[in-house]
Amino acid sequence: MAGEPPAGGGTATPPVGSTGRASFAAAWASRVAGTSYVPMSRAQFENLLAALTDRLADALVAEPFTPRPAYAVGCALVDAHFTDTESLARTVAVLGDELAARLSIPADEQVRSRISMLQGALAAGHSKTLRERALAEQQEIVQAALIARSQAERLLRTSEIRFHTVFAEAALGILIADPSGRILDANHALLTMLGYRLGELARLDISDILHLDQGPEAWEPYVELLRGDRENIKVDKPLFQRDGSLLWTHLTMSLIRDDDGRRHRVVAMFEDVTDRHLLETRLRYLATHDPLTQLANRRLFLDRLESLFTTDPFDDDAADGPGDARLGLCFLDLDGFKVFNDSFGHDMGDRLLVEIAGRLDKCVSSEGHLVARLGGDEFVILIANSTGREQVVALAERALTALVPPVWIGEHELSVSASIGIVERQVAGTNPADVLRAADITLYWAKAEGKSRWAFFDPVRNAREIARYSLCTAMPAALARDEFFVNYQPVVRLTDGAVLGVEALVRWRHPRAGLLGPDQFLGLAEETGLILSLGRWLLRTGCEQLRRWQERFPDADMFVSLHVGSRQSRDPRLVDDITQILDETGLAPDRLQLELTRTALVDGGEEPLRMLGTLSGKGIRIALGDFGPGHANLACLRGLPAHTLKIDRGFVDGLVAPGSTEVDAQIVAALVSLAHALGLSVTAEGVETAAQAARLRGLGCDNGQGRFLGPAGPAEQITWLLSSRGAGAGAA
Amino acid sequence: VERPSWAPQDIDLNQPSIARVYDYYLGGFHNFAADRAVVEKALQILPESPLIAQANRAFLDRAVRHCLDAGITQFLDIGSGIPTVGNVHEVAQQADPGVRVVYVDIDPVAVSHSRAILAGNAAATVIQADLHEPEQILKDPGLLRLLDLDKPVALLMVAVLHFVPDAADPAGVIDRYRRALPAGSFLVVSHASEEGLAKDRLDAFRALYDRAVAPLTFRSQKEVEALFGGFELVSPGVVSMGQWRPDPPGPIDDWPPSQYGYAGVGRSHGR
Repeated sequence: MAGEPPAGGGTATPPVGSTGRASFAAAWASRVAGTSYVPMSRAQFENLLAALTDRLADALVAEPFTPRPAYAVGCALVDAHFTDTESLARTVAVLGDELAARLSIPADEQVRSRISMLQGALAAGHSKTLRERALAEQQEIVQAALIARSQAERLLRTSEIRFHTVFAEAALGILIADPSGRILDANHALLTMLGYRLGELARLDISDILHLDQGPEAWEPYVELLRGDRENIKVDKPLFQRDGSLLWTHLTMSLIRDDDGRRHRVVAMFEDVTDRHLLETRLRYLATHDPLTQLANRRLFLDRLESLFTTDPFDDDAADGPGDARLGLCFLDLDGFKVFNDSFGHDMGDRLLVEIAGRLDKCVSSEGHLVARLGGDEFVILIANSTGREQVVALAERALTALVPPVWIGEHELSVSASIGIVERQVAGTNPADVLRAADITLYWAKAEGKSRWAFFDPVRNAREIARYSLCTAMPAALARDEFFVNYQPVVRLTDGAVLGVEALVRWRHPRAGLLGPDQFLGLAEETGLILSLGRWLLRTGCEQLRRWQERFPDADMFVSLHVGSRQSRDPRLVDDITQILDETGLAPDRLQLELTRTALVDGGEEPLRMLGTLSGKGIRIALGDFGPGHANLACLRGLPAHTLKIDRGFVDGLVAPGSTEVDAQIVAALVSLAHALGLSVTAEGVETAAQAARLRGLGCDNGQGRFLGPAGPAEQITWLLSSRGAGAGAA
Repeated sequence: VERPSWAPQDIDLNQPSIARVYDYYLGGFHNFAADRAVVEKALQILPESPLIAQANRAFLDRAVRHCLDAGITQFLDIGSGIPTVGNVHEVAQQADPGVRVVYVDIDPVAVSHSRAILAGNAAATVIQADLHEPEQILKDPGLLRLLDLDKPVALLMVAVLHFVPDAADPAGVIDRYRRALPAGSFLVVSHASEEGLAKDRLDAFRALYDRAVAPLTFRSQKEVEALFGGFELVSPGVVSMGQWRPDPPGPIDDWPPSQYGYAGVGRSHGR
C-alpha cells in the first residue's frame, strides 16, 4: 500500500498534526468518560488516550499500512479497564467520525478504508482482551468461591469432629434434647452416670431425670429456658439414676438457637459432684453441729437467729411484713453442773450432757424448733414465728419436765435440774444481740430466784438492773475522780443544845445522775465490795476533818460518827485501818464513833463481834442502830460492847404526827429505859421539829440529830456553827 | 468450642453478594449470574447506578491519596469487598511500597479472592470478620502483624455503612474503632443517600436490595456527619462524593450520580 509518507515523516520529528491529535484525544475522552470505571485521575486518563491517539494516527498514515497498532490499542483499553462495551462502541464511533477530520486528512476512499480496518482491529483487540480478562476473572472468582466453600466445609467438619470428640469422650455427662425437652441423644458418660442405655433414655424427657419435685421455684428456670426466656442455667441438681437413687450433679443447661434465632436444641452438661456434695454436706454438718451432743452448735444457732431478722424480699409469706413476726428463745443452763463435773469428772459430765441433749431434742425438735448447745452446759431453744408468751413458756416447762426423771449413767442415778431464761417478743424493734443479752440476764434471774425454774424477761426490771449496773461500774472511777464527798450533821444534846459530835454522811455527785444519797449507792457498794475502799475513804476523810476542827476550835470536844456496813464489819483489815488513821491524825480513839446495824452484828457471825470487842477495847465508841422492839432481840444488846443506841427516825416520826398513838412514845420510852439500864446513851435520828425534840427530851432521850437540830451540810457549815455557837463539852 | 461469628456458613453462589455486585457495577467479571441479574434489575430502576459506583470508587482513590499526603502509612479497609480495580493497596503501594494495608470483609468468597490477589504481597493482607466486632478485628494476629496500632491508621469505611442499620449503632461501632486508634488517625466514609433521587425509584431500588442483597439504610448529610464523632472533618467536610476534593480541582460538572452519596474524611482527636 504505497502512498505519501506523512509530512516530515521520521521518528525524530514531532508527529504530524499534533494539534489535531490533541483535539481528537479530547473528543475521544469526552465521548468515553463515565462509560467504564477507570482507576486513574482525569489527567492520567487523558494522557493515556493521547498516547493511544498517537498510535492510531501513526497507523493511519503509516506505509505500509497495517491495522495491528489499533488491535493493540483495543487491548490497552481493556487493560486500562475500559471494559464496558459502551466504551468500545463510542471509541469505534469517534474513530470513524472524527479521526481523519481532526487530523486534517482528507477522507478519501483509502483513508476511509484504513479507518474501517483500524476500527475492526481495535474492536477485535478489545474483544479478545476483554474475553481473556473475563475468563481470567471468572476463573479467579470461581476459584475463590471453591476455596472459600471448602474452607467453610473444613471448618464445619472440624468443628463437628471436635464436637463429636468432645461429646463422646467427655467425662461430663452430655444430653441433647429438642426444645420441648424430649431427649434426643446422650453421651457415654451420662449413660454410665445414670445407668441407662441410650435407647431407654431417648424415650424420656429431661424432666424425668431431673429431680424436679421440689416445688414450682425449682421448675421455674427450666421452664423459662424451654420457653426461650433465658439462655442457660447453672445449678447443683440431683438426678434420678435408673434404680431411683440420687446422684448429685452440677448442671449447665443451654438453649441453642438456629441461625434465625428459633429454639433449636437444649444441651445439658452434668458433672458428677456427689462426692463433693457429700463432703460439703459433711463439712457443713461438722461446722454447724456440736460433736459431743450432735445438736446444732452456736454458729448454726446464731445463723438461724439472724435469719429471722433478714426478711426475704422474694418470700411471699413475708408479705404481711416482718413487723408481725415474733420469736421466742429459751436459754437453759444446768443447775450445779460445775459441781457435778468437779465431783464426777468430765467424762461423766459429758455423758450427762449427751443425755440432757437427747431429752431436749426429743421434746422440742418434733415441733420444728431448733435446739442448740452453745457450749458447756448451756443450751438454747429457738422458736421461730412464735405465737406468744404462752407457747414459749409451755415449751420451757416441757423442757424442765423432761429433765425431771433421774439420769442413769453407769450405776449412778443422777437428778438434774436446769434454769431457763425466756425471751419472747416481736422481731421488729430488736436484734439478735439484744435477744441474746435478754435471755442471758433472764437466765441469771431464774438462777437467783432459786434455780430449777424459768424466768420471763421483764423489761422494767432489766432497765433497773442496767441502771444499777452502770452505777456499779462507774463507782471505782468515781472514787478516783473525787465524785464522792461528805456532809456532816451535828449530834446535839437535847437538854442544852450542845454539839457533841457530827455524823459523817457520804454523798455522790454523779456527773450525769446528779446528787445521789447513800441509799442509792451504798447497797451497790456493799454488793460489789467497793464499800471497803469507800468506807476507808470515808473514815479517813471524817477523821481528818475532825482533826482540822480540833485544831481550829480546841474547846470543841466533838466526836465523828461513821456508818460501818456489814461487809466492812467483816473486813479483817478494818481494825488496822482504823488504828493507822487514828495514829496519822492524832485523834483520840474516843473521838471516833462507829455505827453498826443490828443486821451486821446479829447475822455476821462471830467475826464482827470479836472485832467490835477489839475496837471497843481500844476506846473507840460504838453506836448501834436499826433496833426496835418489833424485830430485835433486845436481850442481845446486853453482851455488846456498845456506848450508844440510836433510835430510828421511824419512831421519832410517830411521836407527834397527826393521828399518832401513844404506842410510839411508849416504845421510845422503853428503848430509852432499856438503854440506860445497860449503860448506853440514846440518840434519836430524824428530829425534824421542835415538838419532836421537846417530846424526846421529855422521854429521857439524851441526844438527837435531824433537820431541826442542824441539817446535814458541808464541813463549812459545821465550822460556821462552831465559830458562832461554841461547842458543848464532854460526851453524852 | 466457640465458633467464629462468620464460620462455618453455607456459601450459596445463587445468593448475590454485596462485594460481587459492586464488582460488576465497576465492570469487573468477579461475579456470578445471580450478582449480574441483580445489577440488571437495578439498572432498570436506576440506569445511572454504575456511575454512582464509579463516583464512589473515584472518591476512595482521592481519599487514599489524601491520607498518604497526610503521612498515613497504614490502612484498614473495612468492608473491602473484592479488591480488584482501583484497590487500595495498589494505589497506596504505588506511592510508597512500605504502606501496609489490611482488608476486612465478612464475605468468605471475597476474602478468599482477596487472599489470592494478595499472595506474595507482604505488606497487605485480608481477614474475615464482622465489622460490628472492632475488638475482634483489632486483635486479629494477621492485622497486628502488619499494623502498629500506636501509630495513626486510616480507617476506610467506604460504601459499607449503609448496610449497617440504626439498630446496630454505626456511630457506636465507629467510636469503638476510634478508641483503639491514636490521634492523627483518619476515618474515610462514603455513604448512600436518597437526596436527589425520585421517591418511586428510590423505593423500588431499596426494595430490590432489601430482598436480593442486603437491607439498605440511606442517611442524610447530617446523619453522615454524625458518624464522625471524635473526628475533625477535613475540608470540605461531608459533601456529595464528586465534590470531595475533585481531581482536577475546581467546580465539577453537574453530574447527577456524584450527588447520590455523601463522603467525608475526618482526623481523630485521639482515644
